[in-house]
Amino acid sequence: MLLLPDSVSATLFAHEFIRNALLAGTPIALACGAVGYFVVLRSQVFAGDTLSHVAFTGALAAAAAGIDLRVGLFAATILVAALLAAVGDRARADDVMIGVVFVWILGLGVFFLDLFNRGVNGGNGSVASRTLFGSIFSLTSSEARLAALIGAAAAVAIAVIARPLLFATVDPLVAAARGVPVALLGAAFLIVVGAVAAEATQAVGALLLLGLVAAPAGAAHKLTARPYAALALSCVFAVGSVWIGIAAAYLIASLPPSTAIIGAAVAIYLAAFLASAEMRSAIILRHGEGTRTLVG
Amino acid sequence: MNPHLSLNPLTDLHQMTVYPFMVNALEAGTIVALMAAFAGWFMVLRRETFAGHTLSVMSFPGASGAALAGLPLSAGYFCFCVLGALVIAVSSRTEGRRNLTQESAVIGAVQASGFALGFLFLSLYGGILENLEALLFGSFLGITTTQVHTLGAITLGVLLFFLIAGRPLFFASVDEAAASARGVPVRLLHMAFLVVLGLAVAATAQITGVLLVFALLVAPAAAAQQLTARIGLSLLLSVAFALGIIWVGLTLAYFSDYSVGFYVATIAFGLYLVCRTARALAPRLSFGDLVRA
Repeated sequence: MLLLPDSVSATLFAHEFIRNALLAGTPIALACGAVGYFVVLRSQVFAGDTLSHVAFTGALAAAAAGIDLRVGLFAATILVAALLAAVGDRARADDVMIGVVFVWILGLGVFFLDLFNRGVNGGNGSVASRTLFGSIFSLTSSEARLAALIGAAAAVAIAVIARPLLFATVDPLVAAARGVPVALLGAAFLIVVGAVAAEATQAVGALLLLGLVAAPAGAAHKLTARPYAALALSCVFAVGSVWIGIAAAYLIASLPPSTAIIGAAVAIYLAAFLASAEMRSAIILRHGEGTRTLVG
Repeated sequence: MNPHLSLNPLTDLHQMTVYPFMVNALEAGTIVALMAAFAGWFMVLRRETFAGHTLSVMSFPGASGAALAGLPLSAGYFCFCVLGALVIAVSSRTEGRRNLTQESAVIGAVQASGFALGFLFLSLYGGILENLEALLFGSFLGITTTQVHTLGAITLGVLLFFLIAGRPLFFASVDEAAASARGVPVRLLHMAFLVVLGLAVAATAQITGVLLVFALLVAPAAAAQQLTARIGLSLLLSVAFALGIIWVGLTLAYFSDYSVGFYVATIAFGLYLVCRTARALAPRLSFGDLVRA
């Protein structure tokens, strides 16, 4: 999988936290890659971003109320996903509405943070920091198993709705005419995005999660226009980013794992960006300058 | 002294201006609201909300990077925001045209790398979370007089830009193809606008925090554009809304225990809801939807 010397990989897998991180990180990345492909295709990156920030409010509300963080995470993201789907036009909320809702929800998050910091069990800020930036190395094995299950379930859900969702995204009018439930699909998709956001928050954090959703998918869209190839590439890139990130964070002690994962994802995106620019100029060279004047 | 909100606004005002930090906060808030209202109005018109949010995120690595390097925080804010604006402006166009799918992927990647870098700088710096919270969610406690002066100078520059480029920018925002055909430098304007937006956002983030910039940037403009389609009036309204939001927010935060970010975000959201409802109830208020026209 990774080109590491045997001694390094032996010590890498000897640690339980690394095994947990890989166990949770791989299915989460798979789900992020799959969801990300459609998020980018549907130009819903901002909605995905909002859902990831909403996870922060949910976690802090749960912390302030003294219940399991995951309850708050999932309740908040799924609720807001349903809300965005409800107010949106054909389940695609417009970005101004998203912006306004999103700032209010973050404001509520601050309120819960105040409450929590002042509460009996409060005072330390580790919940806020952990929710915002994630800590994949501190997952317990039961948390990792649950994360793996949810990630896998989300990936399967996307695989099931992929075909009609693709149709509904590329040509909503024709899809609707052919009897595809476009609005329902859009809403279901947003809810899956919400669930993935809630789960991935524990791995890479509410603020960094967007990188794992947008960057691998953006890279895949750059490299190929064929839908299923791009979907697969996006998943491969996301999983690769998580593996590279975990290994890099293990080898370099001062590098936080979340930063390493997002760094890897962005590096892949950059490489794809340059590669596609190269491809485009090659095409222009082959077909002469005529293409450029036609397109530009 | 523990301040209490009384019914007499004069005593309240007096209580608030006892401390120099609060005077600085009010001055900075007013300046920033003015600038954010203008930049936000064009941002909403151009549907570049996501870009605006991402630019605000860039001030997080800016601030933590500056802390790490021992530079003044505002220098970091402005450098990273302008850098982010340039990256987005350059890479979000294919063949000289705005490409929405690609634009959102580019912006997402820029934003994620911004957060990742910021988190890296922060952990290298070994900073305390207290600072992180103020950085992300705003604080009105630490604003210095120098900061107020810097903000004032930048606001002047930004307003000057809109005075000069406002008309062509409006044309380019409403109909890019037609503007381009009439010889308006659409590409250059887009880039210049993003840089100006970056400056405005970096300034706003120093008060509202990185994550709550939208309270001043989007909500006033969105609310104003709900109410009227006339350009001058809706710009004026959005300035008024922004000032109202920051003044009421700072006052409430001063007299209570909760963060300014919470109040500002909640007031902004409430305002937007009220304007939306007003428009739904009284269609006569609207002279046609400016944004979708």
